[in-house]
Amino acid sequence: MPGRGEMSFDVKKQGDVTVVDVEGQLIVGNRQELKQKVLEELEGGARKFLIDFSSTGYIDSSGLGVLVSLSKKIREQGGELRLANLNEDLRTLFELTKLDTLFHIAGSRDEALTSF
Amino acid sequence: MTEVINLRNDLRAIERTVASLVERGRAVGFDDNLLRLNLRVGLTEALANAMLYGNNRDPRKRVRVEAEFDPQRIMIRVTDEGRGFDPEQVDDPTKPSNLHKIGGRGIFLIRKLMDRVEFNDRGNSILMILDSRSGGVRERAGGM
Repeated sequence: MPGRGEMSFDVKKQGDVTVVDVEGQLIVGNRQELKQKVLEELEGGARKFLIDFSSTGYIDSSGLGVLVSLSKKIREQGGELRLANLNEDLRTLFELTKLDTLFHIAGSRDEALTSF
Repeated sequence: MTEVINLRNDLRAIERTVASLVERGRAVGFDDNLLRLNLRVGLTEALANAMLYGNNRDPRKRVRVEAEFDPQRIMIRVTDEGRGFDPEQVDDPTKPSNLHKIGGRGIFLIRKLMDRVEFNDRGNSILMILDSRSGGVRERAGGM
């Protein structure tokens, strides 16, 4: 588990889905790393993405912005994005900003994987 | 007693500053749910805005944080050295036409999560007040 303020992510393939596990906090200081990694995968031909937040404690508004940006770029390439395992605080942030209407948010990784 | 912190304009200072003030809130017995979400989000957004937009990422500039804690109320003022802005010009990010925008959610979240938000006339200083008697975030947001 990354230290305070740090983020790390793990990327793996599950079938034709690229699964990204985000650990730590997705915030103004580190959001570009995630964006860069997902875009690399997209450029490499990946089209189905699942970002799993079960180990994510916190996302700030710039982290939300990166997710919006990624959603748009993935869609432009004919791909799909799912988010899964948001804790109660993260869900609240998505609901407050109405971003829960923009993203496909699943309660579990399995639910997300079967929704593609 | 007002605690004063003068920060360098460095985004890396945000997380430890927020963590430190959340701990101060815990130490006086403030509601932990409000500390974990409302204070952490509101303060993080205010600091990021001050550093990125107020101080225009200038590493020579500083951000001043003034904080007062008691078991029912937290008051925090964040001041940057910039020219200021008009907070009334910030558009509602939840409008359908704005939902796909990458930015513009920081002040909105501060207003939703804090009980009182005031800007000085110049627009380079924000005062945020959190009251533990106002209920949780859903009550503040007018129900969801």
